[in-house]
Amino acid sequence: MIKRLFIALVMVMIAVIFINLVANYHESTSLSPLGAYYADRGPSEVGAANLVTAVVVTYRGLDTLGEVTVLFISAAGVGLLLRRTRRTQDDEDLEKGDRAEETAGVHKPASEIVETATQLLLPMVILFGIYVFLNGHLSPGGGFQGGAIIASGTMFLLLALPESHISRLLIAITESLSGFSYVVIGILGVIMAGGFLDNRIMGLGTFGDLFSAGAIPLIYVFVGLKVGFELSAVLDRFRKEDTGPL
Amino acid sequence: MSFLADIQISQIVLSSGLGLILIGLWGMLTQRHIIRMIIGFSLLDTGIHMVMVSIGYVTGGTAPIINDAVPMAEAVNRIVDPVPSALVLTSIVIGLGVTAVMLSFAVRIYRTRRTLMIDKCTESKG
Repeated sequence: MIKRLFIALVMVMIAVIFINLVANYHESTSLSPLGAYYADRGPSEVGAANLVTAVVVTYRGLDTLGEVTVLFISAAGVGLLLRRTRRTQDDEDLEKGDRAEETAGVHKPASEIVETATQLLLPMVILFGIYVFLNGHLSPGGGFQGGAIIASGTMFLLLALPESHISRLLIAITESLSGFSYVVIGILGVIMAGGFLDNRIMGLGTFGDLFSAGAIPLIYVFVGLKVGFELSAVLDRFRKEDTGPL
Repeated sequence: MSFLADIQISQIVLSSGLGLILIGLWGMLTQRHIIRMIIGFSLLDTGIHMVMVSIGYVTGGTAPIINDAVPMAEAVNRIVDPVPSALVLTSIVIGLGVTAVMLSFAVRIYRTRRTLMIDKCTESKG
């Protein structure tokens, strides 16, 4: 009872703070100095039409590398937590329970319509993901969004064809290679241009072209592949049947 | 209804975001079901993203992408702040990672305890 009262009290106090925040909020009418700097210098320095991409990949590239690392660690953590180690009596009892649920009709196979639609749409979903991360420097989108779209394709596949096999080895190799190439591009920036993850190791090209903005499209391809395969691996781990290591 | 005319767009986003934060916090504090607590966290996370996006809004601004609609010379006066948008992108990805780890902990708890009610997991309670 006291706990409930305490929670209510905390909520009311936070609500009072928030109401004051909203009441005294005034929309800004001009950019912050940092935002103005990026808007003013970004297009000529980085060559990316999408200024958010310029900030994420180049000006704050190190943060993005950290972000990719956090995602990698969480994917590894999910893999570690959801693996099945030694088979104990408990596990076998649990699996018996699972099978009983299955026979009780909890897990029906997907209908023919869903299966056919998946086979038709899956290549398009993956192609759209690739489009989104290739155009990350020109339009809304980028490596993380494209990767998430590719992973949604995997989700689609797992929902329609739950028995389908996803190669863990392929996922591991692609993911490691993309992450490694990302860091190599960063180090090339130190050697050939102004600093770590500087995108000017390649020519900036014509502003607004697909192949422009230096190394940004390349970095986003690696980020997109890495995120897409990583999230696919996470989704695969959440499946009921764990098919052993790799 | 004159006070409605004074409400700015970003103020609506800000107050909905703060509302989501309150709902999520309440859910995390009061619910005893692990999945509901995770949903509470997701709501809190989304609320924080909305607050961050609304802070970056500039009156009358548009997306920070230079094209025919926003020429380079006018960019400074026409776009919203790109920095909070970039931060929110980072924040969404990290929120996703945290949620995935929380859900896999939930799966582990369900495998060993056959329940998702936090009250039944009393072994580690001091």
